[in-house]
Amino acid sequence: MKIDPNCRYRSSHEYARKDGSEVVVGISDHAQEALGDIVFVELAEVGKVLAQGEAIGVVESVKAASDIYAPLSGKITAVNAGLQGNPALLNKDCYGAGWLLRIAPSAAAEWEGLMDAAAYEKECGKE
Amino acid sequence: MANFAGFDMPISYPTGAVEEHLICRRSVGLFDIDHMGQVELSGPGADDFLSLLVSARVLDMLSGEARYSLLLDDNGLVLDDLFVYKLPNSWWIVVNASNRESDLAWMRSRAPKGVRIDDRSEAAYMIAVQGPRAIELLDAVSGGAASSLRRFGSGKMLIGGTDVLFGRTGYTGEDGGELFFPADRALDLWELLLAEGGKRGIETAPIGLAARDSLRFEAGMPLHGHEISRSINPIEAGFKWACDFAKDFVGKEALQSIVAAGPSRRLVGLDVALGVPREGCEVFAPMDAASDGKAVGRCVAGMFCPTVEKFAANAFVAPGFSKIGTALAVSIRDKPREAVVVKRPLYVPAYRR
Repeated sequence: MKIDPNCRYRSSHEYARKDGSEVVVGISDHAQEALGDIVFVELAEVGKVLAQGEAIGVVESVKAASDIYAPLSGKITAVNAGLQGNPALLNKDCYGAGWLLRIAPSAAAEWEGLMDAAAYEKECGKE
Repeated sequence: MANFAGFDMPISYPTGAVEEHLICRRSVGLFDIDHMGQVELSGPGADDFLSLLVSARVLDMLSGEARYSLLLDDNGLVLDDLFVYKLPNSWWIVVNASNRESDLAWMRSRAPKGVRIDDRSEAAYMIAVQGPRAIELLDAVSGGAASSLRRFGSGKMLIGGTDVLFGRTGYTGEDGGELFFPADRALDLWELLLAEGGKRGIETAPIGLAARDSLRFEAGMPLHGHEISRSINPIEAGFKWACDFAKDFVGKEALQSIVAAGPSRRLVGLDVALGVPREGCEVFAPMDAASDGKAVGRCVAGMFCPTVEKFAANAFVAPGFSKIGTALAVSIRDKPREAVVVKRPLYVPAYRR
């Protein structure tokens, strides 16, 4: 199981990674492995204002469907168009080409509340 | 791994469900399907008993033929679907794992004296070899015996020193067959097939339950408990063709009444625009004011189909909504998704091409 040390994580297996003034959001390697082959992704639209924990979309695999939740409050500035027609990207490269969306975070303090890589690894170990 | 009919089976191998499906359609997939049941019928009166028991015509079958049939109850409801093989001195019947015990009990309760019903499930192992290069692979290990059989034919062959009963049938829509042999030879035969594939550059991979499901689904084949079941009759599910009304069989009268009255619902294929439909999803007819926002049907199976690259479902709908091209909606996780009734099967099986 891969854990990106530059990311912070939510207990629902989304990650957040700072990139300039924005944050890249996706699902972790643990999540994509548990889901199996991903066949459908649907995300909220650019411009949407999110509260931390709000549903931002769904990822469906051959065997299960999983809602995705915003790890941080903010506004969606980009959605990964590369996933349309190629949801398998999420399985192959969840931290890189399989990113879900970018947000402009609105509450800087929330970042510290997310699990760092070590804490997330421990969480996953408990499952 | 998951519990399927009391057996510990892989949903998928490390390859993954989608790729396993694609490998089967482009080369060869190996299926460990030993969970399925095998019943051997023999003795005086066996032929007539079988003819009465199953929906399909069987008395015209020649030695070596294999045929699909349904097992119905007196109300015309489907107890199981099965494959019947006519062997030189007996009938070899392949049944679903989940229905093996109940099928045996049913047969025994209806069998006249003198008919022998033997459960061969433990002694016989079963694997399937399916794909456009399956016969090529099987020929390589059987001295060319596989290609000597036509579709739905069966016969004995020698593979790796083991006597194998081979039926050129399958549950994927691809060419290939199903192999029956003594259970203690299973691992050797499995490994032999994988090794031979490697040696000859024939891509060969083990296939799990998820891909088995998407393969049969695309090819329009039913899964008992979904498109057919103890509460579904063959008429509404589109399996009238598997019933021989020229002979007497259990459930015939009930079916004739249903045919006369018209079925109360129909199995259709739905192409869903977006999202993965699954068993239980309700079907609506937003264009139809008369249905007044109420469900007009329900999905019995649904998934992403890797070969035809669609999200699709099989659903029972009220008769007025079954025409190909009918615009409907499927409720997926509380969201209505556009769907349209399409022709089944989504993928035309090899034996029909």
